[in-house]
Amino acid sequence: MVFARIDIQPTHTYGDFKLRRGRPFPFGATLVPGGVNFSIFSSHAKSCTLVLFKKHAKEPMAEIPFPDEFRIGNVFCTIVFDLDYENIEYGYRMEGPFNPKEGHWFDSSKILMDPYAKVIGGRDVWGVTPDWNDIYHHRARIVLDDFDWENDRPLEIPPEDMVVYEMHVRSFTRHPSSQVKHPGTFAAIRDKIPYLKELGVNAIELMPVYEFDEFENSRPNPQNPDELLVNYWGYSTVGFFAPKAGYAATGKIGMQVDELKTLVKELHKNGLEVILDVVFNHTAEGNEYGPTISFRGVDNKTYYMLTPEGYYFNFSGCGNTLNCNNPIVRNIVLDCLRYWASEYHIDGFRFDLASILGRDPSGAPLANPPLLETLAFDPILAKCKLIAEAWDAGGLYQVGSFPAFGRWAEWNGKYRDSIRKFIKGDGTVGDIAQRLQGSPDLYAWEGRGPATSINFITAHDGFTLLDLVSYNGKHNEANGENNNDGSNDNDSWNCGWEGPTDDAGINALRRRQIKNAVAILMVSTGVPMILMGDEVGRTQYGNNNTYCHDNELNWLDWTLLEQNADLFRFFKNCIAFRNAHPVLRSKYHFSNSDYMGSGYADITWHGTKAWNADWSASCRTIAMMLCGKHAKAGTVEDNYVYVAMNMHWEGLWFEIPGLRDGMKWHVFANTGATAPNDIWSPGQEPVLENQHGMLVGDRSVVILVGK
Amino acid sequence: MAFNATLETNNDTATITLSGELDASTAPQFKAEVEKAATQGAKRLVLMMQDLEYMASAGLRVLIFTKQKMGASADIYVVGAQEMVLDTINKTGFNQGVIIQDEYSPL
Repeated sequence: MVFARIDIQPTHTYGDFKLRRGRPFPFGATLVPGGVNFSIFSSHAKSCTLVLFKKHAKEPMAEIPFPDEFRIGNVFCTIVFDLDYENIEYGYRMEGPFNPKEGHWFDSSKILMDPYAKVIGGRDVWGVTPDWNDIYHHRARIVLDDFDWENDRPLEIPPEDMVVYEMHVRSFTRHPSSQVKHPGTFAAIRDKIPYLKELGVNAIELMPVYEFDEFENSRPNPQNPDELLVNYWGYSTVGFFAPKAGYAATGKIGMQVDELKTLVKELHKNGLEVILDVVFNHTAEGNEYGPTISFRGVDNKTYYMLTPEGYYFNFSGCGNTLNCNNPIVRNIVLDCLRYWASEYHIDGFRFDLASILGRDPSGAPLANPPLLETLAFDPILAKCKLIAEAWDAGGLYQVGSFPAFGRWAEWNGKYRDSIRKFIKGDGTVGDIAQRLQGSPDLYAWEGRGPATSINFITAHDGFTLLDLVSYNGKHNEANGENNNDGSNDNDSWNCGWEGPTDDAGINALRRRQIKNAVAILMVSTGVPMILMGDEVGRTQYGNNNTYCHDNELNWLDWTLLEQNADLFRFFKNCIAFRNAHPVLRSKYHFSNSDYMGSGYADITWHGTKAWNADWSASCRTIAMMLCGKHAKAGTVEDNYVYVAMNMHWEGLWFEIPGLRDGMKWHVFANTGATAPNDIWSPGQEPVLENQHGMLVGDRSVVILVGK
Repeated sequence: MAFNATLETNNDTATITLSGELDASTAPQFKAEVEKAATQGAKRLVLMMQDLEYMASAGLRVLIFTKQKMGASADIYVVGAQEMVLDTINKTGFNQGVIIQDEYSPL
């Protein structure tokens, strides 16, 4: 016989509320039989009060102090019974010292958001002006975990087989031309899955989707007083566990969790992984002058890196720095990632300014940062991709030396810089050879494979690909900072005129340069990543830092798909070619030897003369051949691939290495030819007329396939 | 309009007719009818939504519960949902694995 449980009976009362001693774990608000378990820690608070609101209500409906006996260590925990958990919002007041010099900012007049809030109300619909007099702006709510995942789970695509598409949730479909029902939302991305599949990418990387406040630091646009400059990109986290409500068409009814999960599930069904760009380097609370939303009021000294005088260290360039190697903060980062991996089936994470995660509480870089090690060995994150942006705004640059623990991949900033220089004609062939083969100079010495290298030429920071070939310098006046923001090191070349032009010659050269870039990217060993819209020639009019614009500087104009159909076709075929040829997707670095007995080494280098690469500093040409018998370390058979890159200003005759066994070279791509003769569908390539050599046009790339 | 949920059972088919506004305060009524239908062993659950004017998140939660309660072998029909209600169902993924129809016609 089973008795009714007695461990879920109230033991205390406060006013009309029935309480029981809570469980310290898990932190946050958790549904338990009969009620909700609230648990929050603070190393320095003296006491804590739970504040309950009816959803959207201006004033609290109740304030329940945690009885002294409900505190365990530094954790306040209580169960409140019979709460209408779907219709409440909750926060906390913390009592403790206010002494910024000592690092303490307690102020019990402020209602604080739970750092573990799983749903956050208050900015339910994007861009709706908040009530600035609200006593509680970002309102923690309680989440239900009843989503029906059916048979879904993360896809676990081998990293070396990925092609990543970096996108901003709102920008992708906000433009009126997107023709979706709910522009700028998670639901709208779902409507565009067929487009992503046609392009051929198999992973999307979403710029921050954690709850942020688009109104943070908002100000009138100096060029258009009717418009606000806002925190558009969202690299400023309000809550690490909650999806951005304003990105959900259902945010106004509080269903953003379900909408995002539905998107993930649907992407998985279509063979696409989801990588989140996560920002653990700082929060939306800014410096001494910023708002107190949560961490500052809950436990400032624990959460932030502080100078000995109590000021905020600013390694992020955004006012404060999360104290990532404090053991408590390490745990919240771990809890957060585990939550997204298990509850949202997220396939991987890209860590913004990840080098900060390797600094100690005083800011000094650590040799073996515990946080990075913990994430690398965590059992729940074991199959997740972990990708570091291996630098920070405090001057730490760790491309090639990020503490990897055998797990971490890196945004390869050196790949970006080398390819940009090469394409604009700066030579650097020795460097290029390293980048094309997965940057063994950076990674092989430590036993890190080529998929460590996330290869990209453009990303959200910096020029779009079209702008990279249309502007010599940045044009950030619209950001309202006198063009002082954004990077000055763009390695860009405008091809003869700054900005848009009617000059047919310049426009043709720009098109060719775009094709050169993607052709090189898609034959490079490593993991290619493309920036949303580059495949259709998106421009930001020379702005290389559009973080604050909710307008056409960021929105993808879908009419470009028609205008620049040849670019889309070129991208699509390049990606299809990569997907069709395992020889391009090696898990291991090349050995420069013929271990398969094919008569060819796995990779060989050539110049205008076959077998004779010119490695001199002034050289602007290089050719590479990959032996199909060595594909995937010789475990699968593939065709041979030969790539000739001529970044000289004149066309040059390239002698081509001969093939054996009656195989012939076929032309897959030639950026020197005009569409539709610039590229073929994989498998449809015509035979090359002269099997011994060919003219490669000025600033052009030719890709041959030997079969 | 006040919420109402009525259950009729005919052989293997349970039909719940919903009307009015389905929100947090009325969702338990709906849930109770679903539980009844599941207990009676229905193989097919038809949700008649022609007169359902509004559905809040609590209502969607019951739909999710319904699917899990009835089990994978039961067919769930969502019939005649008004555009706003249907849109919410689509965005939150409840449209997956259920049969959505304008008028009831058993498959």
